[in-house]
Amino acid sequence: MIGLAAGTTAMYHAMTEMALADTSTFKGPIKLSAPPAGASVLVLGAGIAGMVAAMELRDAGYKVTVLEYNGRPGGRNWSLYGGDTYTELGGATQKVQFDAGQYINPGPWRLPYHHQGILHYVNRLGVALEPFTQVNYNAYVHSTDSFGGKPQRYRTVQADFYGQVAELMSKSTKQGALDQDVTKQDREILIKALRDWGALDANDKYATGLEAGEHRGFASDPGGGLNSMPIAGKRIEMKDLLNSGLWSAIGAGLAYDMQSTIFQPKGGMGQVGKAFGKALEPLIQYNCKVIDIKQDGKGVTATYIDSRTGGAPKMASADWCVCTIPASVLSQIPMNVGGPMKAAIDQIPYMAALKVGLQMKRRFWEQDEQIYGGVTYTNQPNTMIGYPQWDFFSKGKGVLLGSYCFGTPAYIAAAKPPEERIKDALEYGARIHPQYKDEFECGVAVAWHRVPWTLGCAGFWTEEARAKHYDNLCAVDGRIVLAGEHASRIPAWQEGAVTSALDAIERLHKKAMSA
Amino acid sequence: MKTKMTIRLLAGAVLALTATAAFADTAGPAPKPGGPNISGFFSPFPFQGGEAIYKGVCQGCHMADAKGAVGAGAYPALAKNTNLETAAYPVSIVLKGQKAMPFFGLQLNDQQIADVVNYVRTHFGNKYKDKVKPEDVKALR
Repeated sequence: MIGLAAGTTAMYHAMTEMALADTSTFKGPIKLSAPPAGASVLVLGAGIAGMVAAMELRDAGYKVTVLEYNGRPGGRNWSLYGGDTYTELGGATQKVQFDAGQYINPGPWRLPYHHQGILHYVNRLGVALEPFTQVNYNAYVHSTDSFGGKPQRYRTVQADFYGQVAELMSKSTKQGALDQDVTKQDREILIKALRDWGALDANDKYATGLEAGEHRGFASDPGGGLNSMPIAGKRIEMKDLLNSGLWSAIGAGLAYDMQSTIFQPKGGMGQVGKAFGKALEPLIQYNCKVIDIKQDGKGVTATYIDSRTGGAPKMASADWCVCTIPASVLSQIPMNVGGPMKAAIDQIPYMAALKVGLQMKRRFWEQDEQIYGGVTYTNQPNTMIGYPQWDFFSKGKGVLLGSYCFGTPAYIAAAKPPEERIKDALEYGARIHPQYKDEFECGVAVAWHRVPWTLGCAGFWTEEARAKHYDNLCAVDGRIVLAGEHASRIPAWQEGAVTSALDAIERLHKKAMSA
Repeated sequence: MKTKMTIRLLAGAVLALTATAAFADTAGPAPKPGGPNISGFFSPFPFQGGEAIYKGVCQGCHMADAKGAVGAGAYPALAKNTNLETAAYPVSIVLKGQKAMPFFGLQLNDQQIADVVNYVRTHFGNKYKDKVKPEDVKALR
């Protein structure tokens, strides 16, 4: 027992070495030695990866220049507020009509506790965090094909599914079906564990009794004083649960990335990008569309034009280059890197995703349904409804995430104009919350294949492609190294961008020191 | 696309799939067995006929007039596109993807791909007379 013999710190280190306590590959603040005198780096892209690279290289002593396509820092780290204007590919322009204090995050919206890299920078930049609830037991799971289309509370579906699985397992154990796999002593323990886990009664049945109520809730909750006896609800039968498909929605919070605690920046994810931009203020040149990247034995030169007006090409040069341009865009930019890196860049398509924000006149999900934050899951194309995780109990308005879908429904949405995406989200949502019809005010819809600077939401790696190309994508090619979520094993997460950038600059720095 | 793939999605869930298997989305409830559902990551597109498929899917990037769009990168125009001359080329790109373009071989069947390629090759200023048949698509899978 390492823990008893050497104390908990030693145990923690031992666990880390055994990879039991890993929190991404972030190993604490990076320490780069002083670079060669006058050494310079050109960073392409002022998203999270680019700004992490720029900040650390600047702090180490490099001369850093950042070129960014947009007129703001952050890239996919982005919030839309009232008064903002967003023009997508194809020209549709949405003017966001939200009230002050309301927003949606079209891109990332969560910071899991084990994403210590992005959390390090969020804290370093002084951006305030608040909790983000992923699993709300009082939100809904919903299928149009089951229970007459009536949404079910997450907690009742979970309790009834686990309870009845526990009952079956307990029965099988007692009948000897598991005798080959579980020792006699362990069978007793298993039966006891199933009783706890499934909220079974003294006879190991998941009855519609008060034991079950401790997990699923009650038809009438217990209270104080007279007439305060709890009344048990009626369980949903296993057959109906299995056929409803709702069992697949209650696994959401089991995934490592979805486990508590999760955070969100106060005032929107975009606050992180803004704070980064401010910290790097003189280094970032905005509205620069890179059209060519060339390297030779001495350095790297990027040619760019004004992303709004075009005009005469300009050039920026440095000794080294950290390129964080999404592969979807980079695959179209001439760049003289070797065949293996080029092949890797050329085979990363970008995923489809849609987010729709809907401002409601009042927070009916809180006032009428006691849903405070979290997510409702549905089999409709909007896939999720996210409830705002700030200003709880406010008597004012609220913005719902009315749709967050990937793949097929997101492709279909991208092919429609923004107003139709909003109309669809309203139609689907009203089947769960009929209040939508009276309370909706305004919305905004971001379909990621229409986003001009990414052409999709995130790198779409198959394991097959990754096995063949990933190392070639990440390797330094001459004086150029790539970084971003696409050059990580945590695709689409900001932690992937951070850890990719840190790994990339560490290797580039090593090369610069030996050059 | 016959090999087994594992794709880690931004929802955080790991999706294991085989080419033809129907499966649940990462987050939402599973589709009712046998029932139509377009909510899954690789749910089949519910459109039939070249025009409906183009308008329901392709114009998301290539735009309603098939002239594409330009941002930091570009979506190529399919209108008056001489690369469409050899039908196998667009068929293969729809099936397997290329650069930023995702593969659609899992969500569109042979008939749908033949239909949409035939539609694009005879509209938007393209006048290629030879028709792609579903079996041509199948041969390229």
